Amino acid sequence: MNAGISIENLSKRYGSVQALKHINLDINSGELFGLIGPDGAGKTTLFRLLATLLLPDKGGARMGDIDIVGDYKQIRNLLGYMPGKFSLYQDLSVIENLEFFATVFDTRIEDNMDMIHDIWVQIEPFKDRLAGNLSGGMKQKLALCCALIHQPKVLLLDEPTTGVDAVSRSEFWQMLKSLKSKGITIVVATPYMDEANLCERVALIKDGEILQVNTPQEIVDQFERKLYAIKSDDNYQCLLDLREFEFTNSVFLFGQTLHYTDVRKEFSLEEVNSYLKSKGHLNLEIEHVKPGIEDCFMALSTKADGYE
Amino acid sequence: MRVLKYLLQKEFLQIFRNKSMLPIIFVMPILQLCVLSFAATYDMKNTNLYIVDKDLSSHSRELISKFNGSPFFTVKEIGFSVEEAEKEIYKDKIDAILVFNDDFGKSVDLKKGASVQVLINAINASSAGLYNAYISSVIQDYNRKVSASIREVGTGVPVHFVQSSYLHQFNPEMKYIPYMLPGLLVLLVTVIGLFLSAMNVVREKEIGTIEQINVTPIRKSQFLLAKLIPFLIIGFFELGIGLSIAAFLFKIPFLGSVWLVYLVAFVYLIAILGFGLLISTQTNTQQQAMFIAWFFMVIFLLMSGLFTPVESMPEWGQTLNILNPIAYFIKVIRMILLKGSGFFDIVDEIAILTLFAVSVVSIAVNRYRKVA
Repeated sequence: MNAGISIENLSKRYGSVQALKHINLDINSGELFGLIGPDGAGKTTLFRLLATLLLPDKGGARMGDIDIVGDYKQIRNLLGYMPGKFSLYQDLSVIENLEFFATVFDTRIEDNMDMIHDIWVQIEPFKDRLAGNLSGGMKQKLALCCALIHQPKVLLLDEPTTGVDAVSRSEFWQMLKSLKSKGITIVVATPYMDEANLCERVALIKDGEILQVNTPQEIVDQFERKLYAIKSDDNYQCLLDLREFEFTNSVFLFGQTLHYTDVRKEFSLEEVNSYLKSKGHLNLEIEHVKPGIEDCFMALSTKADGYE
Repeated sequence: MRVLKYLLQKEFLQIFRNKSMLPIIFVMPILQLCVLSFAATYDMKNTNLYIVDKDLSSHSRELISKFNGSPFFTVKEIGFSVEEAEKEIYKDKIDAILVFNDDFGKSVDLKKGASVQVLINAINASSAGLYNAYISSVIQDYNRKVSASIREVGTGVPVHFVQSSYLHQFNPEMKYIPYMLPGLLVLLVTVIGLFLSAMNVVREKEIGTIEQINVTPIRKSQFLLAKLIPFLIIGFFELGIGLSIAAFLFKIPFLGSVWLVYLVAFVYLIAILGFGLLISTQTNTQQQAMFIAWFFMVIFLLMSGLFTPVESMPEWGQTLNILNPIAYFIKVIRMILLKGSGFFDIVDEIAILTLFAVSVVSIAVNRYRKVA
């Protein structure tokens, strides 16, 4: 069946905060889709709306041809939702949690083992342990099992890898890939830009607005300017100085380096170098780097700010 | 049905796994019942008296010896100064002062009206009332004797008094335990029922599990029913323990049918649990739920007639009590246990409690929203 999601003009306001502003978005059936944005961008609100936990102020959305407001009961049967906060019963054991969610969906674990088997084998050794005593990665796996136990067609994962170690994170994405092969539409919200590359398509979202929807590759390709990584002894002072520099288009901290773009199409790096030297920076290293999703996101979000 | 069964199983698992809640559910009520039954009594013992005897006549001494002989009074000190006595009251060492003026004995002998002044520490108004009543009855008793002997001396003819005597029906010895204990049983099931149910749904909200529940196709009524039934069972269990303690330890009379008590308890508990669930669905943290539950609990309880008679409340208070489920249950359980009332004697109360139960549960189900 078609399990795509089409969102039209969706708006939600909390008091004076407009959490979502006229969102339009189409997610294809069977797609692994990423919703990338910083905290407070509106990702969770969008998920809660899709999960029928909130009612939209304006607009609507459909999964396949089922309306999320009018036919919310059907939605609940075909949807798997994993909230950002671990929300299983910590005082029930692993197997009890799974059994509970199976029963609530009026199904049995055995009937759906093929769906969760790959994940289940990893947590089965701990099945009698209380969920509250599991490690972060194990909790995520259990939550995923519980969200999948009723064979949903659409899986919404709200920041599933927040607070999970690097190894578990990559394992988790492997699992999502294999789930995708079963034909489930998967939407993942994440604040980690590096995870965007693992999705087929991503939507960059900020302040309740979608900045862009595209494949990760195309988003990166769109980056027009040349990007430079600058390293110095005092990155923070360097950042402040570059902000004062007349030709700076954008500069921000990126891990151990600063990412810098210039307003001019053609210019000599020597100019930047000498400017920084004049400000007293030593041991400067400037090199041309390929932009990542995060650079594109920063570029897009500053552009969006400029229009306001 | 299978869903409900599993939901119930899950609730019980959670209750029995909560190591800090178990003693609260099962041990505390028993302690409460035993301690309160002995402590919450209106029997006045050991009223401390200070007697100011300026008279020192045989009459005053006779009256003093009456107080001395009574189990309710302890004559702490006999002195001559009211000021001294009042100082003792300020120190809270004395509950009442009895003052004989120096003409007391003479007045009795002259067959004039003799007077005794009674000063009572009324910090606690209800005990002050009781001191007053006890002291008056001792003095009255003395009065009768004196006037009888006076007349006998005067006329030589025996005097016949009309002596009124009372019979306290259904609790002939006016014992407090049979009176208090049924009420305490109600208190016990109410505390357990109201608090457990009020804290439950909101707890799922606090730890976030409600999110996961709300996206499932589970029905509201199923979910709330699964919350209600375990506490109903626990409430019944508590009531059973309480009734056994009442019967075997305190040996209070069981004139009516225990099944009838359970029938009323069933309706009552549904009303209380429904009210708890309503609080739970309307709050966001366990702390809020706790305070709201306490607020209603205290109001309901103090107005219920457990400690003070409903009849002595002002008119508006009695009118408000129409809405107080605890008042109905306390009244009914006393009627059943002490008076042996049958179903038809309490059918009105049962009907009202049923009305409460049905309406409060429907409101709770209605107010619980899976969608924000």
